[in-house]
Amino acid sequence: MIEPRADTFVPRQPSPRASAKGAMGILTAILESRTGQQLAANREWRLETALKPLLRDLKFDTIEALASAALRSPDIGDQVADALLNQESSFFRDAAVLDMVADAVEAMRTDHPHRRPRIWSAGCSFGQEPLSLAMLFGEREIGRDTQPPEIVATDVSEIALTRARSGRYSQFEIQRGLPVRRMVRWFETEGNEWVANPELVRRIAFRRMNLISDPLPIGRFDVILCRNVLLYLNAELRLKVFERFATVIRPGGVLVLGAGETVIGQTDAFRPSPRYRGLYEPAHGVP
Amino acid sequence: MFASVLTQGDFMKTCLVVDDSKVIRKVARHILETLNFQVSEACDGREALDSCLASAPDVILLDWNMPVMSGMDFLRALRDSSIPTRPKVVFCTTENGMAHIRAAIEAGADEYVMKPFDRETLESKLQIVGMA
Ligand SMILES: C[S@@+](CC[C@H](N)C(=O)[O-])C[C@H]1O[C@@H](n2cnc3c(N)ncnc32)[C@H](O)[C@@H]1O
Repeated sequence: MIEPRADTFVPRQPSPRASAKGAMGILTAILESRTGQQLAANREWRLETALKPLLRDLKFDTIEALASAALRSPDIGDQVADALLNQESSFFRDAAVLDMVADAVEAMRTDHPHRRPRIWSAGCSFGQEPLSLAMLFGEREIGRDTQPPEIVATDVSEIALTRARSGRYSQFEIQRGLPVRRMVRWFETEGNEWVANPELVRRIAFRRMNLISDPLPIGRFDVILCRNVLLYLNAELRLKVFERFATVIRPGGVLVLGAGETVIGQTDAFRPSPRYRGLYEPAHGVP
Repeated sequence: MFASVLTQGDFMKTCLVVDDSKVIRKVARHILETLNFQVSEACDGREALDSCLASAPDVILLDWNMPVMSGMDFLRALRDSSIPTRPKVVFCTTENGMAHIRAAIEAGADEYVMKPFDRETLESKLQIVGMA
């Protein structure tokens, strides 16, 4: 078994006839070494389906061939990790939480009228999360007279980011969580696709970033959202990411996790926010 | 299982599925029942209107193109009627152009599902109208 680490990945020599199971082990270890993501047992069965398009694109006949190529080529390794990542998302996921974020941002504008709030959507997938926020800010006219809040959205997956930047969604994606009035207000149809108002997409700066190993975005943030990303990281890496967040969150800022996630028992860097139920705030002023 | 559904009957939310396709009605009924709705069916707008005048459901899942009375005609008649409640209306149709969607909202639809749909889509839309 390969011991995956976050920063380095030292492959053993692949045996030419590695069994399919062995090949799967290699591919999931590549995923973990690049992104920290451990494959949940309930997703293992999906592996082959998830890799099919890549096998086709790269013209490999077997998972074994893909695995040994991925060991030799970092680029193919990236593509494997990309294909195996869980990128499930939807518009207005946990809508009440996003409303609370918009409340918090409005309060920050009131407290600091001359400061432009900065939001970071970490693990933004196809962009539904930052776009939902941009819609909310637009509808509430936050910063209309000055500047709307700055939204930085990052993901480790280049495929996800390319999709996110395009602002294009399928009929299935557009119907998940997005109320119809918002859909007609912020999207246009183009063939079978739904395209977000370019003005809205322009309010978001999309960047590729691995939360574990890449340099953090410059400056401090008022809100960091990292929802449904850290779930399958081991405790050590999760702690590391929380500590990284603590270095870029502004005092008085909030951290937003997914519905089933918490900082409690994971890190001392954050604690439940007394003001916003379910959100977290930095535990010790400026680090 | 059946018995427990019956005893909960009074507390369950009700949904009227209006569609001229038997298959769609069956699929929708199945999904709705797993979401704990008590489901009734109508195969056109006229039948649906009669049903609503007799007893209005909480939600109506409404097809657009149907014989006898279309979904739009039904919706206008429903919103003009004097029934004491305001059922939520979720259009569920293959008409997925912007003009149709805008017209539906104008006529008083609360949500809009573009066919084909799956369980998640329907559940998501029912959540949005506060029904799931
Ligand atoms: C399940 S999606 C969640 C998307 C969105 N935040 C939401 O809650 O709907 C997880 C996203 O995190 C990204 N991700 C996973 N590991 C990452 C890492 N180490 N660095 C940056 N992004 C990562 C994945 O590519 C994927 O797009």
